[in-house]
Amino acid sequence: MLVIRRDVCGYCGCCVSVCPQGALELIDAYLSVEGECSSCGVCARACPLGALEVADEA
Amino acid sequence: MKPEYDLLVIGGGPGGALAARTAAEQGLSVGLIEKRPAIGVPVRCAEGVGRDLLEEFMDPDPAWISAEIDRAVIVAPDGYRMSLEPSMGGNEVGYVLDRKRFDRELVIQAAEAGADIQVKTRAISPIIENGTVSGARVEQNGLVQDIRARVVIAADGVESKFSRWCGVDTTVPLGEIETCVQYLMTGIDIDEAATVFYLGNDVAPEGYVWVFPKGPRTANVGIGISGRKSREGSRPLDYLNRFVRSNFPNGRIVEWIMGGVSICPPLEKTVADGLIIVGDAARVSDPITGGGIYNAMYTGRLAAQVAADAIAKGDVSAPSLMPYDAGWRASKLGSALQRNYRIKEYFVKLSDDKLNRLVHSISRLDLSQFSTLEIIKELIRHDPSLLLELKAIRDLL
Repeated sequence: MLVIRRDVCGYCGCCVSVCPQGALELIDAYLSVEGECSSCGVCARACPLGALEVADEA
Repeated sequence: MKPEYDLLVIGGGPGGALAARTAAEQGLSVGLIEKRPAIGVPVRCAEGVGRDLLEEFMDPDPAWISAEIDRAVIVAPDGYRMSLEPSMGGNEVGYVLDRKRFDRELVIQAAEAGADIQVKTRAISPIIENGTVSGARVEQNGLVQDIRARVVIAADGVESKFSRWCGVDTTVPLGEIETCVQYLMTGIDIDEAATVFYLGNDVAPEGYVWVFPKGPRTANVGIGISGRKSREGSRPLDYLNRFVRSNFPNGRIVEWIMGGVSICPPLEKTVADGLIIVGDAARVSDPITGGGIYNAMYTGRLAAQVAADAIAKGDVSAPSLMPYDAGWRASKLGSALQRNYRIKEYFVKLSDDKLNRLVHSISRLDLSQFSTLEIIKELIRHDPSLLLELKAIRDLL
């Protein structure tokens, strides 16, 4: 599952643009992840700061 | 906000503001929403723009210009510095803007032309009737409102969610997003009239570092790298910190700016029934430089003109809005985007050795004009041995 590190996130929206599921939404200074996230990790790669992480489901 | 407009604009950046201003000037009723509580903030931009381009839209005003630029310096991977100056000399070729003020000024102009403006208001879904985009459901401070419109202009920037909700796939491939961090730094030794670009796979893989002056001893110092080169420990932030440590160790950082810039081809189709997509949302930022201010303003203005015609005809279907799509593609902007995409595809594959060779060759050129096109034309003329290397792009010129 996708973990958003809110203390790191710069709420720039870079991740939103690359999400193949359209699962990320930026509401001003608040990034949210909706139900359709497939944990593909593309957003975590694109994040300039390292605010996103796909954590093991286990 | 009224419940109904001729034109609803989603997003208050330069693309949305130009669309709103243009449409209001043409007598349309216009509503513009911006999801942030303030226009122009936070900045997501290195703030550089060409002088001639900007002046297509407005007279320059010191109120929103941070610095005037008369040359560019390119620093090769081996440290060799090449200066690009137009032969006319002394004339500024560009500006570094103060986007906080610039964006606000553009939205104020739209308001003065008659557009309604509402900030801290975001679209949460499109209103679609009979397959035609007919407005948006918006939310402000927990209050939900439906705003109907004959045409909606999606100017919602790199995130580009509104068009996606309308069925247009705006996803940027990971290899074609430039992931960026910029510091506004002060107390640094810079050339206040030059923009400086640092190239190299160690400095900024598939991207570059920029130093754009913002005033005395102050500059935007930023980096963009390809999303496919970014990973834990080698993110743009890591590269930028390394660059700053070795180049501006005594500088002070007074602002952090983050963002993403697409360097992919534009969307295959930038209109749908009742919908026009402009600026970064349409993926029309420049694939080489990442610049998008002019491109957004150009497409925003054109979108409003075409929307006004379509509304007057009583037909807002995609075919009726197609003159927008066909119009920007046929424009100088459209051909530059196409050409620069293919040049970019060539450049990102270059090793540092080849980049060094190119920069050394370019530095020996006598440039009369300050454009990518002229540089490459001159390069081929000057150094035929590069012809083979540049064959891939020669045919584009």
